[in-house]
Amino acid sequence: MAKIKGHVTIRTENCKGCDLCVHECPQDSLQLSTALNTSGYPYAVLVNDTCTGCTNCALVCPEAVITVFREGKKKPIAILSHVTENITVDITS
Amino acid sequence: MTEPLIEPQHIQCENLDQMDQVWTRPETLIDRKLHYCPGCGHSVAHRLIMETIDELNIQETTIGVAPVGCSVFAYHYMDIDMQEAAHGRATAVATGIKRVLPDRIVFTYQGDGDLAAIGTAETIHTINRGENIVIIFVNNGIYGMTGGQMAPTTLPGFVTSTSPNGRDTHTMGYPLKMAEMISVLPGAYYVTRQAVHSAKSVRKAKKATLKAFQYQMDGKGGTSFVEIVSNCPSGWKMTPVESNQYLDDEIFDFYTLGDIKLPPKE
Repeated sequence: MAKIKGHVTIRTENCKGCDLCVHECPQDSLQLSTALNTSGYPYAVLVNDTCTGCTNCALVCPEAVITVFREGKKKPIAILSHVTENITVDITS
Repeated sequence: MTEPLIEPQHIQCENLDQMDQVWTRPETLIDRKLHYCPGCGHSVAHRLIMETIDELNIQETTIGVAPVGCSVFAYHYMDIDMQEAAHGRATAVATGIKRVLPDRIVFTYQGDGDLAAIGTAETIHTINRGENIVIIFVNNGIYGMTGGQMAPTTLPGFVTSTSPNGRDTHTMGYPLKMAEMISVLPGAYYVTRQAVHSAKSVRKAKKATLKAFQYQMDGKGGTSFVEIVSNCPSGWKMTPVESNQYLDDEIFDFYTLGDIKLPPKE
């Protein structure tokens, strides 16, 4: 089964290392760092490339430091270029 | 023997610009480091309210009332008009604001020490009058800010600094179920109890907050009351993950989640 590919970016400076996202991740993609940020907390790090962009980690993150990206499901069915006058395109079919 | 320290590296993504951004911090939540303890449910509750305000596009017309307690600095993080109220009097202040400015969306954000202890009278009478406001009640069963004393909502047997042998119901009474209590008042329009301990519950809580604000905007009924059962890792002397597990294991048996009073069907 082709998996949806996702990605997260984490603002590590605002992370407080509460570990909630690590436990919430269904893919076990996240882990806490051993290094500390300037506030003295460990921070969450994406360690596996199995992220599906389910947003679970971002939803439980109290500090809202996680931004989630997901690969678009829909590919463009047609690309229009060099259109000089008004046209109507039927995309229902 | 210590484990060798291998620093995990964040995986980089090459085609990030081609991906869709599916979740990010709400715009109205001010980009500032929150003062809450790691893993605190208050931060999630703040975010849910701001997401709701973003979605309904009511940033310009919303006035929030901040409480006294852990969330006393709520106005530091919410990019809307805010008013600080005296301890427990947030609903009374909100009543005044709503009556003077009926076209504004007014909500209060209160903890259990604020709403269920010192402000019980104000809360009950505001809801009894059916004021058209939203009350967000974050219940973590303890006085977090002052150092983990017993609150009216603390479960029986729970050890706090003022109940070192656990809450004894013979001398300290039973925990208050605020949501059930006020649901019998005719002025209550929508009463629900939600949690923010897992992704699933956060999604549900978001829907409930959205509903509550929508009901106020429609202006049909009375007060909407959203109780959010939260954790307090520092006050409960647990790690954030343990405290969320404790919510699942013990607290939800007593504070049952779900809608308690729904608006009458038309």
